[in-house]
Amino acid sequence: MSEFLMPSLGADMDAGTLLEWRIKPGDSVKRGDIVALVDTDKAAIEIEVFEAGKIEKLLIPEGEKVPVGTPLALISPPGEKQAPAELKPTKEEPILEVAPKAVVERPRATPAARKHELELGLELSDIQGTGKHGVITKEDVEHAAASVSVAVKEKEPQIKASPLARRLAKELGIELAAVQGSGPDGAITRADIERAAAVPEKAVKAPPTAKKPAIPKTATADKQAAMRRAIAAAMAKSKREIPHYYLSTHIDMSKALAFLEEENLQRPLPDRLLPAVLLLKASALAIRKVPEMNGFWLDDGFKPSDDIHLGVGISLRGGGLIAPAIHNADKKDLGSLMTDLRDLVARSRSGGLRSSEMTDATITVTNMGDQGIETVYGVIYPPQVALLGFGKITERPWAEAGMVGARPVVHLTLAADHRASDGHRGGLFLAAIERLLQKPEEL
Amino acid sequence: MSVKSATMLKTTYREAVREAIRDAMRRDDRVFLMGEDVGKYGGCYAVSLGLLEEFGPERIRDTPLSEAAFVGAGIGAALGGMRPIVEVMTVNFSLLALDQIVNTAATILHMSGGQFNVPLVIRMATGAGRQLAAQHSHSLEGWYAHIPGIKVLAPATLEDARGMLWAAIEDPDPVLIFEHAMLYGQEGELAEDVAAVDIDKAVIRRAGSDVSLITYGGTFYKTMQAAAELAKDGIEAEVIDLRSLRPLDNGTILDSVRRTHRAVIIDEGWRSGSLAAEVSARITEGAFYELDAPVARVCSAEVPMPYAKHLEEAAIPQLPGIVAAAREVLGTHV
Repeated sequence: MSEFLMPSLGADMDAGTLLEWRIKPGDSVKRGDIVALVDTDKAAIEIEVFEAGKIEKLLIPEGEKVPVGTPLALISPPGEKQAPAELKPTKEEPILEVAPKAVVERPRATPAARKHELELGLELSDIQGTGKHGVITKEDVEHAAASVSVAVKEKEPQIKASPLARRLAKELGIELAAVQGSGPDGAITRADIERAAAVPEKAVKAPPTAKKPAIPKTATADKQAAMRRAIAAAMAKSKREIPHYYLSTHIDMSKALAFLEEENLQRPLPDRLLPAVLLLKASALAIRKVPEMNGFWLDDGFKPSDDIHLGVGISLRGGGLIAPAIHNADKKDLGSLMTDLRDLVARSRSGGLRSSEMTDATITVTNMGDQGIETVYGVIYPPQVALLGFGKITERPWAEAGMVGARPVVHLTLAADHRASDGHRGGLFLAAIERLLQKPEEL
Repeated sequence: MSVKSATMLKTTYREAVREAIRDAMRRDDRVFLMGEDVGKYGGCYAVSLGLLEEFGPERIRDTPLSEAAFVGAGIGAALGGMRPIVEVMTVNFSLLALDQIVNTAATILHMSGGQFNVPLVIRMATGAGRQLAAQHSHSLEGWYAHIPGIKVLAPATLEDARGMLWAAIEDPDPVLIFEHAMLYGQEGELAEDVAAVDIDKAVIRRAGSDVSLITYGGTFYKTMQAAAELAKDGIEAEVIDLRSLRPLDNGTILDSVRRTHRAVIIDEGWRSGSLAAEVSARITEGAFYELDAPVARVCSAEVPMPYAKHLEEAAIPQLPGIVAAAREVLGTHV
C-alpha cells in the first residue's frame, strides 16, 4: 500500500486545491494515468500517477486545499490483497455489520476519542477502531494523528524560518521555499521576507479579467494576486540567486520561411506550421550539442537532463504567465510539435495542464514575436539554467557577400546561468540554432 | 522615577544603600537594621559603617551567626508592628534561613486568612567577582523569584540602590533586595533629594531597535557596555533593566521584543531553571510571532563558582560573550 501525495508542481507551489477526482476507489491505475485535477496558484493541472495499482481509498475530498506532500489517496500495488493493519481496510469494518449500509452510519467511538478527533482535526471514519466491537478509542485517534504527522513530516523538508518571518510570509503570501535565509543558521528572517515581498502593490491588485473558464469558484482577483505572487517569488529568486549572462544574435530566416511556405502548401489548413515551431525544433536540436543549457541548478551543482523538455512561455489572458513543457521536443517532428504547441496553449488557457508538464521543463523558450517585440531579455525560471528568447521576424537590411538585401530576420537572445555554463558555450548554443535554421529541411 | 534635583552628589552604590537605610531610620522609628556584623564592624561590605554610632545598638543590632534565628526574629518583629531591615551577608548563607523566608514570611498572610502581613525587608549581597569561591559567590536570586508571597528586587543603579529601600519598607509584604557585591564600589552621581522609586517596573535604560538585551543587577553595566560596543557597528541594542525579579514586568519586556524582534537575556545565575529561562519562556509565550531569531541567554557556567581569578571571570557573563550572543541572534542581518 502506498500513498499518493499532493505533488509539487513547481518550486513556487506549497499547496493545491483538489478540484476533481478522476478516479474512484477500486479503479486500477497505471503509470501516467490522470487521477485528479488540482488547482495551483497558477492553473488547474491534471495530475498523473506514477505507479500502477488499485485505488484503495480517496483521503481528500474534492474542493479541499492541502499542502504539498499531503496524502491524497491510498494505492495498493497490483497483486496486494490485504492492506496493512495501520492503513485500515475500507471494507468489512466490523461496524458495517452492525449498521445496515443504507443508513449513513456514524463510526462508533468513545467520547474521549470524539473529543480528540475534534482537537486533532481527524475524521473518525478514516480510523480503524481497536476497542470492543471495533469501537474507536482515544488511543486509536492518537495513533492516527501520530501517523499523519509523521507522514507529513517525512515529506516536507523543514524550512528554517523565524516565527515572525513565517507570520509575515503568510500575510504577504510569500513562499518560504523561494526565500534565501540570512539569519542565524541560515534561517529566514523578517528582512528576508521583506526583500522577497518587494512586489509593487499594484501588481498584486491586478484588475479582474472577463471570464475564467474551468477554474472554478476562487475569485478571479484572488487568483490573479496569487499568480502574481508566485511569479514574484520565482522571479525574485532567479534575480537574487542566478548570475545571468546574456548573448544575442540576429538570424536570417529567409531559408526557414521559404521552407515553411513550401511545407504549408502541402498541409491541410489546420495542420499548417507556424515559424515558432521551427524555432522550437532548432532550439531543441541545438541543446543536444550544448547540454550545459539543459537541466537544473540544484544543491550547488548543475544536474544536466538527458531529456529535452522545452518549457514554452505562454501568457495567460487574465495576465500572468505559465511555462509548461513540450516533452522530448528534440525527438518530435514538426507536425507533432505544432499539434503539441496548439494543445498546450489551449490547455494553459482553459486549465488542463498536467503535473509533469508543469515540473519537467528543462529549459524555457519564450517567443514574443506575436506582440511585435524585437528582442527579449529573459529571466531564467529557477531551477532551470537557461532561457531562449525569440523576437518578431521582421524584414531588415542584411549584408551578405558584399550585397545588401532585405531579409526576414529574427533576434535571438539567451539568458544563461553563469554558474552552469560560460559565455563561450552559450555562444556555441546560439550558433548551433542559427546553423539549424539555415537547413530547415533537416529539422 | 525621581525628579532630578539641582544638586547632584558624587557617591557610590554602597553609600547610596547606606543613605537609604539612614533615611528610612530617620523617617520611621519602627525601622531598625539587624544582621551579622552590621554594628561594630560596619557590615561585611561596609554598608552600615557609622550607623551604630548614629542610631545606637537598639536600632543597629549585631546578631549571632544564625540566619534562621535572626531572619525569624525579623519576621516576628514585622508581625509585631516593626519595620525591620534584615541584612544577610550573602545569598549563599540565606539558604540557612530558607525555611523562615519560604515557609513563614511568604505564607503567613495566606495562612492567617489575610489577618497578618509581614512588612519585612531582607537585604543580601549576591554574585561573583571577588574571589570568594563557591560558598559565597552564587547568584541565587532567581530561586527566590520563584516564590509567591514575596517581592524580589535587584537594584543595579545608584538611583535604585537609594530609592528602592523606602518603597520596600512601605510594602506590606516581605521584600528581598539583592545587592550585587561588585556593584558596591560603583561610582556615580545621585540627586541629593532622590525620591522613592517604584519597585514593580522594568526600565529601558537604553533605547534601541535591533535587539533587546534583558538583564538586571550585576550584569547590568556589562550589558550597557555591550550595547555601546554593538553601536560601533551600527547595531542599536535596547537594554532593559528588570529591577524587579518578582513580579516580572511582562509589559516592558514584551513591548520591547515586539519592537526589536530579538532578545538576549543576560543573567549571572546558572542557565538551567534560571530567571533567564523564565524571561525566555514569557517571551515565547507572549511574543512568539514577533520573534525573528531564537531567544538567546548569556548565563554563568554551570559549575560551582571557581576561586581562581581567571576561572571565576570565565565562569560568569562577560562583555565579549554578551556582544557575541547579540551578534548571533542578529545573524548576517544588520
